[in-house]
Amino acid sequence: MNWIFAFIQTLLFIALAPLLVGWVKWWKCRLQNRKAPSLLQPYRDLLKLTHKQPLVSHTASWLFIATPYIVFSAMILAASVVPLISIDLPTAASADVIVLVGFFAFARFFQALAGMDVGTAFGGMGASREMTISTLAEPAMLMAIFTLTMTASSTNLASAIGYVLDQGIVLRPSFVFALFAMILVAIAETGRIPVDNPATHLELTMIHEAMILEYSGRHLALIEWASAIKLMLYGVLISNIFFPWGIAVDFAPSALGAALLWLLLKLAVLAVFLAIAETALAKMRLFRVQEFLSFAYLLGLLGLLSHIILEASR
Amino acid sequence: MILFLAYLAIVLSLGSALLALLIRQQAVLATGFAKALDKGVSLPPAAEKFIADALSPTCFQSRLQQLVFLCLGLAGVSAILAGVSVLLTETIIRDQMSLGLPWLPWHVRLDSLSGFFYLIIGLAVAAVSLFGPGYVKDYDEQEDSFAILGLFTGIFVAGIFMVLLADDAFFFMIAWELMSVASYFLVSFQHQEAANRRAAFLYLIMAEVGAIAIILGFGVIAGFSSNYSFTFDAFRDTDLSVTWASVAFVLALLGFGMKAGLVPIHVWLPEAHPVAPSHISALMSGVMLKVALYGLIRFCFELLGDIQWEWGVVLLIIGALSALGGIFYAMMQNNLKRLLAYSSVENIGVIFMVLGLSMIFLDQGHPEIAALGFMAALFHAFNHALFKNLLFLGAGVIQHQVHSLNIDEMGGLIKRMPHTSKLFLVACMSIASLPLFNGFVSEWLAFQTALRVDVIDNAVLRSLIPVAAAALALTAALAAACFVNVYGVMFLGLPRSRHAEKAEEIKDKGMLAALSLLAGLCFLVGIIPGMVISMLNHVSVQIIGHALPNEAAINWFWLAPVSAEQASYAAPLVLLGVLLAGGVSFWYLRRDPAVAFKRTETWDCGYGGLNHRMQYNSVAFMMPFRRIFANVWELDEKIDKKSSAVPQQVSDIHYQLQVHDHSWRRIYNPIERLVYGLARMVGRLQTGNIRIYLAYSFVTLIFLLWVVS
Repeated sequence: MNWIFAFIQTLLFIALAPLLVGWVKWWKCRLQNRKAPSLLQPYRDLLKLTHKQPLVSHTASWLFIATPYIVFSAMILAASVVPLISIDLPTAASADVIVLVGFFAFARFFQALAGMDVGTAFGGMGASREMTISTLAEPAMLMAIFTLTMTASSTNLASAIGYVLDQGIVLRPSFVFALFAMILVAIAETGRIPVDNPATHLELTMIHEAMILEYSGRHLALIEWASAIKLMLYGVLISNIFFPWGIAVDFAPSALGAALLWLLLKLAVLAVFLAIAETALAKMRLFRVQEFLSFAYLLGLLGLLSHIILEASR
Repeated sequence: MILFLAYLAIVLSLGSALLALLIRQQAVLATGFAKALDKGVSLPPAAEKFIADALSPTCFQSRLQQLVFLCLGLAGVSAILAGVSVLLTETIIRDQMSLGLPWLPWHVRLDSLSGFFYLIIGLAVAAVSLFGPGYVKDYDEQEDSFAILGLFTGIFVAGIFMVLLADDAFFFMIAWELMSVASYFLVSFQHQEAANRRAAFLYLIMAEVGAIAIILGFGVIAGFSSNYSFTFDAFRDTDLSVTWASVAFVLALLGFGMKAGLVPIHVWLPEAHPVAPSHISALMSGVMLKVALYGLIRFCFELLGDIQWEWGVVLLIIGALSALGGIFYAMMQNNLKRLLAYSSVENIGVIFMVLGLSMIFLDQGHPEIAALGFMAALFHAFNHALFKNLLFLGAGVIQHQVHSLNIDEMGGLIKRMPHTSKLFLVACMSIASLPLFNGFVSEWLAFQTALRVDVIDNAVLRSLIPVAAAALALTAALAAACFVNVYGVMFLGLPRSRHAEKAEEIKDKGMLAALSLLAGLCFLVGIIPGMVISMLNHVSVQIIGHALPNEAAINWFWLAPVSAEQASYAAPLVLLGVLLAGGVSFWYLRRDPAVAFKRTETWDCGYGGLNHRMQYNSVAFMMPFRRIFANVWELDEKIDKKSSAVPQQVSDIHYQLQVHDHSWRRIYNPIERLVYGLARMVGRLQTGNIRIYLAYSFVTLIFLLWVVS
């Protein structure tokens, strides 16, 4: 029963991801005094892309063609181990939170390689920059997550979130640090302003877009969808780890329905904050990103240390 | 029986050494065989024809090379068998050989720890012997003598096996020196080039300094043992004061660390590994470094008695330095084998860090978590042996086909060498510790160990270990970036040189089989880590005296070392999920043949004329890292711009980059100057004038007479 539910929850995750992207775009447009596209526009774009014939460069190898599927599968797997609306998630046991970070690394590894596969300057540039940023972001994310796992003394996301839920509302200084670290990492990893601009195609500023410049058709659709899932994953991680209230602990339909509403509310609020930040901030120079991310790393480490020094029960 | 297999491994590797000496004796052997036939030695006709063919001048050389490597391969197989059976039966086998000193026969002991290293080394040796015949086939006997290569390879491998069996200090040191000296000759194999001779000499000096430190370390324990016995059994019963134990620990760390390549005593490693033939570098990096690890574990966990947490902290800090330093320097190399050598420094650093964690937990009274760390360290050693061997052998294939090791002269090899490129990709994914591959599992176990820090009371340790975990996370991320660069620049994109353009897939089946064997093991161990971990449990019971907290959860499917609620990983499920998700999306999107993909030109911004010079190479790829972590290296960057006739325009740019190791200028050059200065002062005594020497003797005589009276 709960395996079936885990499956349905993963499907829900995948299905909702483009909606979140549309919601962020809608708010950004409104904040910038532009007319907003429909919330469903990302779905239409994906559908359109899947019906187009993909073009592949003569110089590309099998790795270029396989990468969209690999990236998409890695994101689906990541989505399947993150509790979305219920913490009773059997798949969470098959891959804990360190493996979750591993899934991200897996997808990024192939995406960077695919960028270098065609042999253009853009691909290599994007790959190099993406690897630089993620090298700094990944440890920061692990530090933030370790704060959670050490508090709950479990690296299993479902049981860790369950532990935080059980404890009720407690103000933990370590969680405040970890929350800020996690937000900074999420911005960097999902390629949002001020680190990267998802809407740009200007050579000198592209990071993520430079890597996937050669993709078209269904390959591009998979990669775009995977990015949407990644954005949603970070959103769900932030809202369910730091504000888990509302998540269902059993399979009662009313609890599940309430949990879904709560989740949508939390994500909607987070997305509004993201849109405001993206409107208010300017993109940073590439070599300022390191300061941004070292700050995240430091916050994560401070969170971990403040947990150990202030909170651990000794 | 098990001991027989262990001895067989040694005898076979020595046998391969002796066989290699026959390579120039083709005429003698052929006439000898003819004479034997004349004298009426009767053989079945098929065998007679086979031997006669093998002894013919045309194929004698390759047949003998195959025989030598067959012998070595059998040594590897028997070592695997011996190792696995000793691990499964959990026995401790002792023996004595009546060799060596009159009052100290060579003591032999085969237990779980040496059994595990027997397994690692057997696997590596077996893979190398599959690879070898194809690799050395084209060697010119006059220039690069196979006799020398085969002789010292055999002695080197035999020496390694003997180190693992040794159960007294004397035998241990003999075997250790056998290994060091044989590997010196292997490093200086292509001695025609001055750089190789220099690298080999550096290696010899550092190996011998390390050996002296180990001897002194043994000496400290022996000094406290009853009746000055040099057997390890006597050492185990010896009680040392904490001070003297710490002295012995520092000596052992210096000695074994020198061989393992810990920063800052790693400098021989990036010099020596690239100049040896590739299958030898694979053995040195995959195997010899592990023997140093074995030595340190044996010395600290068994012989020294009680572990102190301060030692763990020392290992943790030095390990973190090595891990970060190793990967930072690896990123800046463009010689593939040099890069891999630095990456070995990184991996050894990770292993020592986790070993340090294990020591800390052991001293703080948490043996079950110490066992977890200990197993993570050994598991990483096992994994490193697999993927580093694969990478070095892959480098050998590439050197063989592209005639270069400079990664910036390659590119596009994925199309020209389809099999090699896939196997190399597996190695890159394993070393970048991506899920589903073996490197990830040991990394995961290491994090699980570090996350148990809240059981420790000591405040310093409680805040130190998370910092170490942060360093470990950074190391893993940097390693991923480093190997994306390696694979991307070497195998993807457009060919960057004529050689790369003309490269072809390797024809030799044996070389591909060796790579496939190692790649298959990397994947298999990544999916079913339980099979290695259950063996490691026995080692941990023997050394730490404690098994994993949650032994029941170690099965083929789940990995939950502490408890299922706290942490678990099921790689088979993950694999199933990936296949399901990838398969469904692939099938769904591919169902319409009208939208099959079309090959076109690469997008070139409408200008046309894309060429291979426009791609990122490794120097460009690493530029952001060079900017961000600028102080890590000693960078020597020169940009020469020539302006053209048109103002504000540049016609020509020359970019030069040299990356130096800090440790040379900060540590080794001062030592060199000191030694040189001392030697000069001593040199003043030697005037070359016989009268002065007679005066020295006279003064000494008078002085001694005065002392005696």
